[in-house]
Amino acid sequence: MSTAETVREIVAKHGKLPVDVGSIADDGDLYSAGLSSFASVQLMLAIEEEFDIEFPETMLNRGTFASISAIAKAVDTICAEQQAA
Amino acid sequence: MNIVTKAVPADLSDRARRAAKVAGEFADAVDREGRFPREGMDALKGERLMSIQVPGELGGEDASMQEIAEVCAILGQACASTAMTYAMHQIQVASIVGYSGDSAWHADFLRRLCDEQVLIASATSEAGIGGNLRNSVCAIEVGGDTVRLEKDATVISYGEMADAILITSRAHKDAPPSDQVSTLFLKGQYTLEHTRDWDTLGMRGTCSDGYIFRGEAPKEQTLPRPFAEIAAESMLAVSHLLWGALWYGIAADAVNRAQSFVRAAARRQPGSTPPGALRLAEASSLLQQVKGNVVAGLRQFEAAKADPDRLSAMSFAVAMNNVKVGTSQTILTIINHCMLINGIIGYKNGTPYSLGRHLRDAHSAQLMISNDRILGNTSTMLLVHKQDTSLIG
Ligand SMILES: Cc1cc2nc3c(=O)[nH]c(=O)nc-3n(C[C@H](O)[C@H](O)[C@H](O)COP(=O)(O)OP(=O)(O)OC[C@H]3O[C@@H](n4cnc5c(N)ncnc54)[C@H](O)[C@@H]3O)c2cc1C
Repeated sequence: MSTAETVREIVAKHGKLPVDVGSIADDGDLYSAGLSSFASVQLMLAIEEEFDIEFPETMLNRGTFASISAIAKAVDTICAEQQAA
Repeated sequence: MNIVTKAVPADLSDRARRAAKVAGEFADAVDREGRFPREGMDALKGERLMSIQVPGELGGEDASMQEIAEVCAILGQACASTAMTYAMHQIQVASIVGYSGDSAWHADFLRRLCDEQVLIASATSEAGIGGNLRNSVCAIEVGGDTVRLEKDATVISYGEMADAILITSRAHKDAPPSDQVSTLFLKGQYTLEHTRDWDTLGMRGTCSDGYIFRGEAPKEQTLPRPFAEIAAESMLAVSHLLWGALWYGIAADAVNRAQSFVRAAARRQPGSTPPGALRLAEASSLLQQVKGNVVAGLRQFEAAKADPDRLSAMSFAVAMNNVKVGTSQTILTIINHCMLINGIIGYKNGTPYSLGRHLRDAHSAQLMISNDRILGNTSTMLLVHKQDTSLIG
């Protein structure tokens, strides 16, 4: 499963969105789909757990969680850095 | 990081002091009668202080947040209701200046703000959601080039005296509660049906009655950027900083009054230290903490302001929340100390040492967006945010 697909599943489970996640495109804006700041933190925790990563402080901003593809990109970046280290 | 704070130009502080002098003369009457601080606000307009934040090319003065905070602190020492009215107006101006993009309508409005020194009110609070400003129940109706909105606004400070109201709502009728926009309605484009009286312990002159707002305006008056961004990058920080500045002002004036009391006592009995002196020293230390908290927050804001990523970073939100919670709690302790120093003459109204108004006004600070709500938000962020343990940053 691609990172984006896994992220999509986690968004469905923890995003507490008022709409069906299936109706949101990978680059669709999660905040306008109803992602609250509380849910975005829960989402972040679930993603850290799933991928066994930690979001660095520099990534803890609105942009990182704006869409499924933005989250997937952040996850891939962190995983690549962890492998390189 | 070592940012040198630009000193506030003397001219600006002088203008603020002149307006504050007028506001101070009427502070007790405004408080007693729970009426709009007309004289102080007219003086601010007379000094053209309503438009200082507007960019120079539109007729303003490009004032920084630090400069605006200094004006708020000066006003806070004279009349907290005038200071809060001014601060809330500037919070709205910050949203319009920063988030209207290339909207010609908003640029024209800002020019008008400079020419006419108009006053802008805010309506975020709504029946059913309280102070959770990132949620709206009401939705703006978009029909052709027109928008229509009805909102059960529980609190709109100086709503009837304002020339315009910046009001949040859901972006359209099917939008989730957090998908919000902010629309600037001009007087004449809305009606306010009075629903709730503002007969309060303090901040009585803000006249923050509740209304059913009903408005209709051209669509272009909606700010082009989503309210989520405006709130995260500007409104929350600017609110906490400017409120913090004026709350500091309230406490600073209380400490001034306590210091005058102690000095008068010392003069009567040269050679012996008056009993209140020790408590005054304690109050002075606490006041310095409040000042340090606000100033550090302002510096952080100025350093982050050009970068949306830094402004929407969790570390920044945590810091701004801490400014709000910390200052709102500490000013109460300070004013209480001052009350113990001044004794009955401080408890009485109408003396040079009176502190009742200060204490009552200051009590609004922890409720104005409930500290419990803010601590709740911070505690969520602390689940992932890692604190910066460096001293200077
Ligand atoms: C002087 C003054 C002027 C104001 N002017 C304006 C204005 O011009 N425009 C405007 O829109 N609003 C204005 N407000 C309102 C303000 O912004 C808040 O909306 C309001 O103070 C919150 O009201 P509340 O305490 O009823 O609501 P709530 O926020 O619902 O809080 C009620 C109580 O419930 C508890 N609580 C609720 N939710 C939580 C949570 N998530 N976590 C923990 N505890 C919680 C808190 O203990 C709180 O005391 C003003 C307020 C003041 C004091």
